[in-house]
This record gives sequence, structure tokens and C-alpha cells, in this order.
Amino acid sequence: MKKTVFVGAFAATALVSGLAHAQSTLEQVQSRGELICGSNTGQAGFGAPDANGVWQGFDVGFCRALAAAVLGDSNAVSFVPLTSQTRFSALNSGEVDVLARNTTWTFVRDVDLSMTFVGTNYYDGQGFMVTRDLGVSSALELDGATVCIETGTTTELNLADYFRVNGMSYEPVPVDTAAEAQQQYLAGACDVYTTDVSALASSRASFAEPGDHVILPEVVSKEPLGPVVRHGDDQWADIVQWTLFALIAAEELGVTSANVEELKAGSNNPEINRLLGTEGGLGSMFGLDDDWAARAIAAVGNYGELFASTIGDQTPIGLARGLNAQWTQGGLLYAPPFR
Amino acid sequence: MASTPDPRTASSAHAKRTFHPSMLLYDQRYRSITIQIFALFVLMLSAAWLIDNVINNLRLAGRTFSFGFLSQSAGYDINQRPIEYTSQSSHGRAALVGFINTIILAILGCVLATIVGVLAGVLRLSKNWIVSRLVTVYVEIFRNIPTLIWILIFGAVMAESMPAPSSFRGDDPASSMLFDAIAITNRGIYVPSIMFTTELGALPLGPVAPSLNWILVLGVIIAGIFANAALIRHATRVQNATGVRPKTWWKSILILFLPVIVIFIALGAHLEYPELRGFNFAGGTHLRNSFLAMWLGLGFYTGAFIAEIVRGGILAISKGQSEAAFALGLQPGKTMRLVILPQALRVIIPPLISQYLNLTKNTSLGLAVGYMDLRSTLGGITINQTGRELEGMLLLMGVYLAISLTISGLMNVYNSRVKLKER
Repeated sequence: MKKTVFVGAFAATALVSGLAHAQSTLEQVQSRGELICGSNTGQAGFGAPDANGVWQGFDVGFCRALAAAVLGDSNAVSFVPLTSQTRFSALNSGEVDVLARNTTWTFVRDVDLSMTFVGTNYYDGQGFMVTRDLGVSSALELDGATVCIETGTTTELNLADYFRVNGMSYEPVPVDTAAEAQQQYLAGACDVYTTDVSALASSRASFAEPGDHVILPEVVSKEPLGPVVRHGDDQWADIVQWTLFALIAAEELGVTSANVEELKAGSNNPEINRLLGTEGGLGSMFGLDDDWAARAIAAVGNYGELFASTIGDQTPIGLARGLNAQWTQGGLLYAPPFR
Repeated sequence: MASTPDPRTASSAHAKRTFHPSMLLYDQRYRSITIQIFALFVLMLSAAWLIDNVINNLRLAGRTFSFGFLSQSAGYDINQRPIEYTSQSSHGRAALVGFINTIILAILGCVLATIVGVLAGVLRLSKNWIVSRLVTVYVEIFRNIPTLIWILIFGAVMAESMPAPSSFRGDDPASSMLFDAIAITNRGIYVPSIMFTTELGALPLGPVAPSLNWILVLGVIIAGIFANAALIRHATRVQNATGVRPKTWWKSILILFLPVIVIFIALGAHLEYPELRGFNFAGGTHLRNSFLAMWLGLGFYTGAFIAEIVRGGILAISKGQSEAAFALGLQPGKTMRLVILPQALRVIIPPLISQYLNLTKNTSLGLAVGYMDLRSTLGGITINQTGRELEGMLLLMGVYLAISLTISGLMNVYNSRVKLKER
């Protein structure tokens, strides 16, 4: 039995990676007619199915934009829910084409795990959430607390570092998914729930009494979250990367889902013309047609529209733009020029 | 060649015929060897193909094959630490912590499953209708619902229905500790732990450094058990020689318990009670939810199977055996202990080995409730943080294989001791 498993594991590794290298990712996606996007197991606002089973959210919106750019149909995408433990194996084995799932860009993941991080779609940091009646106002008062933490995340490592550096002890309660963490936290099996601040806000919005929970002011790490693709397929990495840049640039240039059709007819701003494919012929340089960016923007709107409709301050998640504002607004979003 | 007559070939007419390649397939003497060699060749070829493919694909993905990550700093914390471990310790040490946690769970799980199983197996044969039906309900419910579900149920019951540590706080708390010593909370059960005022230090055994105090206590207990066995053998000899069995029970109690009590007093053993401090209880031993869920889930699930094995073993002994024992005037208890069980064990042990192996391998479900066993540390967090899936999984397979083979080896030794002696 053991031997069979052993050989089976080898065979699976060999076969899966064998297939993954046979064709370029773009060819695979196009011949399949569908994009496979690695998503969250359910993080309201970022990636979760709605009441009708349709995936909605900020990361999901990015995948839809990518599907619109590559296949011309923002619905030609299927979402594979992945836990923080399974996400990298799923991407590496070719199970998903792109991972858009609150994944932090780190050196080890980029270099040693052979991932390609194409950019940052959300600048985040790790925070702590506690119940209001605990009476805690700073993370430095958490010595001895029981902390719920998703395993296989960077937050797990930051947590260990933060408590060690500040000479505090804690009791980790490792959980597999955000849903499980929320359940344990609400049951009181842990005092503190720690993860990226955006995910904390998203969790809190889904609680019955959001007002009973506070997110502590300390942000203990940098968590640049962004889409990830497999290492080694530069063409596909470029497509994913520039789709993200197209959404960001569109906001900067004032292109929205409402006026994109009108602007596509031609404008007097050459950068908009190149972005929307009226001139320059940029799309054909990486194997798409020239309308790719226009389709992506028409499907989900520009970065600002996507942000506002999924996680912005008008939504239950209620996140401010903060670091995620355009560079012209004092934020960090900065798309390289389209030329 | 043919000119020198060989007595062996001369006797057989067939052997004189010269060898022909077709004989490899059509001659019964060679056919099985041909097939075996061919099968071996195919097996080796496919193994080579698989390994070559893995090497190639690792190279294409720009990955290397190395166990160097085991000496790198792990960076994550583990809640249940039977040995010294901090987030600065290496991945190898994290794996060792997980391994020890796996062993702890496997041993305690097997003990619980055996106790529950033997009790339930015997009780299911009870003539009392209510008792036997209740046990039937237990067996059927537990073995017909998957282990994982039971583990999750026990975990959820602990987390959702027990009071939070904060409800023990204040002058008139909503919850209070059992006997002022045991706190049952939604984060697990805190029980008093035994501490020593005199510390003899630790035994330097490489990475694990067990406390000398406990080794001493364990040694005294084991010595007591052996001494007691010698006492009972002596009593049997006296009984065989004189027909009168000397009273041994008070000597047994003395031998088994007195030395342990003496050593506890000498080392200044005392209980450390859990007390509410800050967010949680401190002091005492913390049996975490994850551990309790795994232990109870695995113990009761496997116990249901063991109950059926025990029942089957007892039923396999023919009724004539107990009737004969009764005819000799043996009481029912002695009949069970001296006549039925020794014979039933022969039937029970082999399937029991499988159940122990099952339980041990099922400890790898620990990740579901966050129990930090080998699968969760080495096979979970370490693989995830370092990205060494292939190396980690190979190591994991090797370790589980070694554990399973050890258990099955030990149980086979025991089995050969109780099996039917053919004289």
C-alpha cells in the first residue's frame, strides 16, 4: 500500500508538471476557452460566492478583468477556492492559471518557491481584532493571549516575530481557513484574531454585531497582496501584470466602465489611445488583440471603480483607500507608462 | 560437451535437448522466471522514468532537491511543546516536536481505544438487555460516521459549549473550577500538574532532554511491575508445590506503590494548580481543545471497531469451554480471565494490530482541528513556508512508514507470545 502511494505521488508530480510545461499558459487558456483562477475559500469583499453562487469581490474582479482581456468574456472564468496551505501547490501543479487570493509578496515565495508576483493590487498590513468588552486598546497589551491564526501564511511568521520582539508570550490556535478562524474567534476559543487588516475588516463586516469588535491600531507588517503566476512563463506573467496596470492606469487617466466605449473611438490623449488600443498596437505584442485593456475596463471598471464596488467605504467592508490611492493622491498605486 | 556423460543429465531425456530461446516462454521450468524478470524490468523502467521525470521537471521549474531547509529557522510557534521549542528553532526541530506530538496522541489514543473497546465488547455480550443495547448503539453510531466528523464534533462541542476563561473571573463568577483544581474552558481543560522541588536535571540525549526526575519515577514503576511479576511467579510455584496459594495482594500493593510514594516525597513532589492569570489560566497542564478533540474522536471511533473485534474473539471460543470451566467449579469472572480471554486473544490480536495502525495513521487528521502533529508541522506549515513539497512529503512518508512498521513489529512479537502453542 505504502509503495503504491509512493509511486503514485511520484507519478502525479511527474505527470502534472509534465503537462504544465507542454503548452504556454496563454495557449492553454485560449484553447480551454476559460480562465481558471485560484481564489479565496470565502473572504467577503475579496473573493466569495454571493447568494446566487456567483463569485464576487475585489480579487475576483481582477480575474474577471483578466478573462475579459484574454478571452473577451468576463464570465469565462472558473474559481477554485484554495486554502492558504494549498494555494502554491495548486498554482505550481497547473491546477490554476493565476492566483488572486490575498497573497503576500515575499522574497522566499518569489525566489525560492519560484513564483512570479506580477504586482500589488492591495497594500495591506497585519492587524489584530479583539472583542470590545476585552478592554484592550493596543496590541502591546496582548501578553498571554490566545491568538487564532491561519496556518501557512506570512501572518503566522509576523505574529511569532512581533510577540518575540516585544517580549510577550501567546498561545497560537492554528486554523485552516478564515471561516474556521472566525468561528473559533466568535466562540471565544481565542481572544484575538490576527490576519491582514483588510481581511479583518471583511470578517468583521460579516459578523452579526460588527460594532462589538475592534481592530487594534497597530499594523505590524507590510503585506503587499497581489496576483501570482507560475515562474517561467514570461508572456503570461506580462499579460497578468499589464492587465493590473491597465486597471490602475485607467483610473489615473479617468477611463471608467461608463466612458470606455466613447473614449475607444479616439481621444486627444495619446496615452489613453495606446491603453485602449486605438494606436500603438500594444496588445498584439503579447499575443492578444489591441482591445484587451478596453474589454477589461468595460467588464469590471477601473481600479477605483472595482475598489469602490467591492471593498470601498460605501460597502459593508468599509475600507478607506489609504495606501491604495493613486500616486497623485498620496497613495502607492503607480502604473508604468503605456508606450 | 555431449561426449562427457553427466549422471544427472543422462538420467533425464529432456535435459539432453539443447537450450532454445523459445523454451523461456514455453517450458514450464523457465516460464515463471522469465515472467518475473520481465515484470521486474518493467517496474524498474517505470521507476526510472518517474524519477527522471521528477528530476527534469524540478530542473525546468528551477527547483532543487535538498533537505537543507530542515536546519533553517522555522519562524512559527507551536502551542503544544513536549520539548523545548521557540520560533527561532529549526524546521527539523519543529518536525521533531510534531513527531513527539504524533506519538503522544497515538499512544494515548490506543490506550483509550483499547479500554473503551474491551469494555464495550464485553458489555455488548451482557445478558442485561439495556446495557447490551446501549453498547450496540455506541458501536453502530461511532463506526458508521467518519472519524474526521467525530473529531470536528468533539472540537466544536469543546469550543462552543464550554465557558470562556473570563467567566471564571470576579467575585461571583459564572463558572467555577471542578474541585478547585480542574478548569474546563472553551480553550481546553486545565488540570493540576505534578512539580518537583528537587530537580535532578535533564538527561543529555541529543535533541530531546527528558527530565531525570521522570525517568527515575518511570524506572521505579517498571522495576515495581517486574518485582510484582516475580512475586506472582513465586506464589504460583508455592501453589504448585503445596496446593496452597500464599496471600500476595498486600505485598503487591507494597511493591507497586511504596517505592513510588517514597521517591515522590524524596523529590518534593507537589501539585501545581491552574489559576486565572491575564487572558488565560496559567500553571497546571493544559489539555488543548485540539488534543482533546483528536484523542476522544480517535479513541471512541477506533474503540467501536475494537469492541466488535473483542466480541468476535469471545464468541469464537466454543460454548463448551465455559461449560467445562463451570463444571470444574470456576466462577464466571475466573472463567473469563483464565479460560475464555487467553484463547480469545489469539483471535483478537491480529485485527487489533490493524486498528492500532489505523489510529496512528489517523492522527494525521490533526490539521483539521489544529493539532500540531507531524503532518501539521513538517507536512503543513514547514512545507508551506519553505515550498519543499517533495522533500517534506518523502520525509513524512518515511516517518509514518517507520512508525507503522515498529507498531506492527511489536504487536507481532506479542501475538507470537499469545498464539496457540503447538506442542
